[in-house]
Amino acid sequence: MKSGPVALPLTRRVRLVRSDAVQRLLAFAALIVIIIVFSLASPNFLQFDNVVGILLATTVNGILALGVTFVIITAGIDLSIGTVMTLSAVMTGTFATVWQLPLPLAIAAGLVTGGLAGLVNGVLIAKLKIPSFIATLGMLNVAKGLALVISGLKPIYFNDTPEFNRAAMGSVVGSAIPGLDIPNITIVFLFAAIIASLVLSKTILGQYTFALGSNEEAARLSGVSVDRWKIAVYTLCGLFSGLAGVLIAARLNSAQPSLGQGYELDAIAAAVIGGTSLSGGEGSILGTVIGAFIISTLTNGLRILSVPQEWQTVVTGGIVIIAVYLDIVRRRRQA
Amino acid sequence: MCVPEAVGDVLVEMDGISKEFPGVQALRSCRFELRRGEVHALVGENGAGKSTLMKILAGVYHKDAGRIQLNGADVDIPTPRAAQQLGISIIHQELSLMPHLTAAQNIFIGREPRGRIPFVIDQRTLNEKARVLFQSLHLNVDPQAKVGKLSVAQQQMVEIAKALSYNAQVLIMDEPTATLTDTEIDELFRIIRAVRKNGVGVVHISHRLEELKLISDRVTVMRDGQYIATVDTKDALIERIISMMVGRTIYEEAREIPTANPDVVLEVRGLNRGRMVRDVSFNLRKGEILGLAGLVGAGRTEVARAVFGADRPESGTILVHGKVAHIQSPADAVHLGIGYLSEDRKRFGLAVGMDVETNIVLATLRKFADAIGRVDFRRTRATAEQRVHRLDIKTPSIHQKVRNLSGGNQQKVVIAKWLTADTEILIFDEPTRGIDVGAKSEIYHLLNELARQGKAIIMISSELPEILRMSHRIVVMCEGRIRGELSGAEATQEKIMTYATMRTTAIGPQTAA
Repeated sequence: MKSGPVALPLTRRVRLVRSDAVQRLLAFAALIVIIIVFSLASPNFLQFDNVVGILLATTVNGILALGVTFVIITAGIDLSIGTVMTLSAVMTGTFATVWQLPLPLAIAAGLVTGGLAGLVNGVLIAKLKIPSFIATLGMLNVAKGLALVISGLKPIYFNDTPEFNRAAMGSVVGSAIPGLDIPNITIVFLFAAIIASLVLSKTILGQYTFALGSNEEAARLSGVSVDRWKIAVYTLCGLFSGLAGVLIAARLNSAQPSLGQGYELDAIAAAVIGGTSLSGGEGSILGTVIGAFIISTLTNGLRILSVPQEWQTVVTGGIVIIAVYLDIVRRRRQA
Repeated sequence: MCVPEAVGDVLVEMDGISKEFPGVQALRSCRFELRRGEVHALVGENGAGKSTLMKILAGVYHKDAGRIQLNGADVDIPTPRAAQQLGISIIHQELSLMPHLTAAQNIFIGREPRGRIPFVIDQRTLNEKARVLFQSLHLNVDPQAKVGKLSVAQQQMVEIAKALSYNAQVLIMDEPTATLTDTEIDELFRIIRAVRKNGVGVVHISHRLEELKLISDRVTVMRDGQYIATVDTKDALIERIISMMVGRTIYEEAREIPTANPDVVLEVRGLNRGRMVRDVSFNLRKGEILGLAGLVGAGRTEVARAVFGADRPESGTILVHGKVAHIQSPADAVHLGIGYLSEDRKRFGLAVGMDVETNIVLATLRKFADAIGRVDFRRTRATAEQRVHRLDIKTPSIHQKVRNLSGGNQQKVVIAKWLTADTEILIFDEPTRGIDVGAKSEIYHLLNELARQGKAIIMISSELPEILRMSHRIVVMCEGRIRGELSGAEATQEKIMTYATMRTTAIGPQTAA
């Protein structure tokens, strides 16, 4: 070395243009463009009710995406989040409606179900060395099947606990600031995002999430209990799925056992659009939140413009491909 | 440690260490001694067992037999973590850092300073500790820079800082200088000397014999998994160390000079691709082994890949048998009779999950098929049997999966594949990497035999003795350019190294921006 980088005062600036930040910025710009285009195309788009609709649509997918962001940063994947969400919703319904247990207990049951599914995924992947794609694909079907079995194929309604739906769809913000009726479950999502962001950037778990995705062998050789942290990451992802299950049950006032499959792909898409790299080591919660908003805004806008559902799916698919391609181009340029 | 420690005390004593990997006896009753405050060079050819021995000391591998003493007491080192706790740190040949994490995060991974809230990392203390550590080593690295954005040399410094941060009393460095520039090596040696002064014992595994006099106090030579000798560096002649390293003659001495003015079969003119291939021109004659020498990362593999069409060159001309060849893909190259035997056989050269026969005929299956694509398996079998016999591939049958063969025999299967394709020009990229000494000499024999038959061969190798003894002619690369050409007769290690370290661009600091 002739001389090292003496640019200490520059550190801040340097860290702002980290590569995943580039994609995050791009994603944010894309979101703004989408909003501008749709608000020009339709006067209904920026109506308050519609904005609330977008927020609601972002909530469930967004929470799933938060969890899967952790998993993807470790260079893994979790395909089971959608059906685990369903299973959690069904468990919440079973506790509250079928067994008539108190609502907090039912909510806890939903969260624990998600966490347990994640724990099993983690053990399969970390201890039995089953590739995450296969392990979670198996869990996708196990959770789907269990949800159908437990519910007896029928939706479970929360008829005896109307306060569940009321709490979710009510608006604490609206009662404080009249007119700003942002539903509570959206607030839950934003809180969850803040917590996820803190966990990812400030804690040991967050740091090891990046370490696992960056160079797992190096982490192992440095004495990190790689297996344990990997299990923790999948469990955390499962917990987020459980939370999503509770929220979707509250929002729909019912646990729908056949809903859920396909949600995992939207969630993964949100993470990837937000700059989380499928090859691991890179990603951020802010990016994922933006990614989730892009997907729901796009779907909503296309619906307002009366684009058929099928074509909405085609567009989201295309966006994911573009996002991944941009990621690859960026990576190549770095190399 | 409550024992009084003085420079010169025996720190580590390994004795009777044996280790067997499936099919290879990597170490046979080896010994090694390290004193406090010394730099102990460990030399030997590739495959001599240096890295294996040190990985046992670092808890990466388990010994089959033998004992290890640290400060006079028997120790058991089952895991890398146990080694760290005993104060034994290793810097692996492949850098084991996490590129997406910062320098500070890399150093303190697994023992991050915690904040008041459980599980929360105290980033400020983390960065401060790293900064103090860097300062104590006089290193100019930003603790908050992502390691992936640092230069290789800086990454190495981070590794060293990390190793020392475990309060290491033993620091093992596995070929630390392989990818460094001269000034960077000076910097590294400065740090090693500073570390030594603190009573740390340093093991320096190296291929570069010219470094020994500069940095080491003692040298231990290994060969074929065995301990040969330990000598004081100041008394030792480099020639003697080389002869101990090489031992019995495993190379074929008789290098046949091809007959006068044989045809040029391959000519490369002004080839360019990125930073690793710059204005590369050379030619290759029938029956010739052309050695392509240089340090790791000099651009040799990149040249081979560009010629083979695996990467498309940005500019330049390739002539095969005097005609301009438009090689757009490996398929074009194969069609023109060029074969590339890659460094990483398992990843690029072989379908290891398939059997020997399939691998041998895979590249040329069309030759064995009729008009509608039905393969004549009698002919493929006959061809495979014949190749196995001719190349003396040691396999129970042609139906054995390639995965189950030894490295040397896998290499022969790749060769068989290209011979079946009537390849005239063979590019061997590190043909003997990772195979044992016996198999090496067979590969050498085979290369000579192929050259005698009129094949034109380019051999890329990082092992200077190998290049020296096998090549009729040697071109030396550095930083993507060809720096010199030597005839087999005039070439020496020193001359090759001079060219291999001839740099035009100083590698300055790479800032994260």
